Amino acid sequence: MNARFAPGERVSVDKRYPKKHCRTPYYIRGKTGVIERICGKFANPEELAYGRDGLPKRPLYRVRFRQTEVWSSYNGMDDDTVDIEIFEHWLKPASKGAKK
Amino acid sequence: MSEHPHDHGHPHAAIEQTEPQGHYQYLADAVRELLIEKGVFTADEMRRAIEAMDARTPAQGARVVARAWVDPAYKARLLADGTAAVEELGIDMGPTKLVVVENTPNVHNVIVCTLCSCYPRMLLGLPPAWYKSRNYRSRTVIEPRAVLTEFGTRLPDDVDVRVHDSTADMRYLVLPMRPEGTGHMSEDELATLVTRDTMIGVAQVPSPS
Amino acid sequence: MISSIIADMVENKDRAHHDMGGLPAGPVDRGEHEAAFWEKRVDAIMMLLSDKQRRLLRVDELRRGIESLGPDAYDKLGYYERWIASITGILVEKGVLTQKEIDARIVQLRSRREAKP
Repeated sequence: MNARFAPGERVSVDKRYPKKHCRTPYYIRGKTGVIERICGKFANPEELAYGRDGLPKRPLYRVRFRQTEVWSSYNGMDDDTVDIEIFEHWLKPASKGAKK
Repeated sequence: MSEHPHDHGHPHAAIEQTEPQGHYQYLADAVRELLIEKGVFTADEMRRAIEAMDARTPAQGARVVARAWVDPAYKARLLADGTAAVEELGIDMGPTKLVVVENTPNVHNVIVCTLCSCYPRMLLGLPPAWYKSRNYRSRTVIEPRAVLTEFGTRLPDDVDVRVHDSTADMRYLVLPMRPEGTGHMSEDELATLVTRDTMIGVAQVPSPS
Repeated sequence: MISSIIADMVENKDRAHHDMGGLPAGPVDRGEHEAAFWEKRVDAIMMLLSDKQRRLLRVDELRRGIESLGPDAYDKLGYYERWIASITGILVEKGVLTQKEIDARIVQLRSRREAKP
């Protein structure tokens, strides 16, 4: 599985709420950020958590989000960011209309 | 003697005996004994695992930081591929990868794990209690400047705060800024200035003067 | 307005208890507490079970086990209490240990300890 996204590309995190174990924090679902780097490929924690092998390995990214876009009440500076590791199967290309 | 039957020579029996033992300590003892009896691991392997744990302290991370401060080529390698660069110093990241993030006059980095307590143990040892606490995990992503202020770190408005939420297979180390007035210091002396908290990003390295 | 508040509530229902980023919380208690010896032993049990040689337990399974303890236990138990509860659950699930032998061993350990002066 080759990495679908490149550094600098804008992506949105899926807004879904599985009942099973996953490593995508609640607060970032539905938010849009920029690929900071490709971390490599790793076994899927959503499978590993239940004793399965988690293969094939999946691309993992660090995605950078502007804090003011993550939290409506953020009271730090405009350029403050939060970087989060997110697996490819949680990401889709940001829609054209998504805020820059 | 203490309630655990094996003799491992650790000086903890006195401490343990003074405290009442709760259900989960009994559970831990039961599981450990049964796993040893079934040959899953040996008492000796357990002893060595704890020795290795005790040997991992923030001094490891401090060594990496000091090297990066004195050797620009090493610093470049460290920022490009943290895992490989710490390996050069004999530190094995195990199954995780290391990402090193650099503080500059314009950028301050801080590490958190909102989902559990992922931490660069190979470089810093076991995480402090506050790193694992609900308050730190909940607030650092939404109000990092307020949390940093509680640690005595007040950042000017022109410094960007970058929070890193450690959610998957990466582990993070902050490369703090080398303080003023340390030009004459050796690498080993510099390492003594670098504390655990500066490498998590809740503190800055003060000038020694 | 009301519909968006309701939407928020519905979403919050979907937030897992351990997934706490951004929730309101108090000041950080910076007190240092060095791990007790029994806590280090729980940590070592996990390290050994998950090492390359054994691979009996994945850190992801440990996390899943902790997350399924339920909100009440998650908040009440200490960090390593959650760990050993999760480790035990998964070892029983995998058939490495049985609940019966664990319970029996705890009874033995308690009587051994209580027999001491």
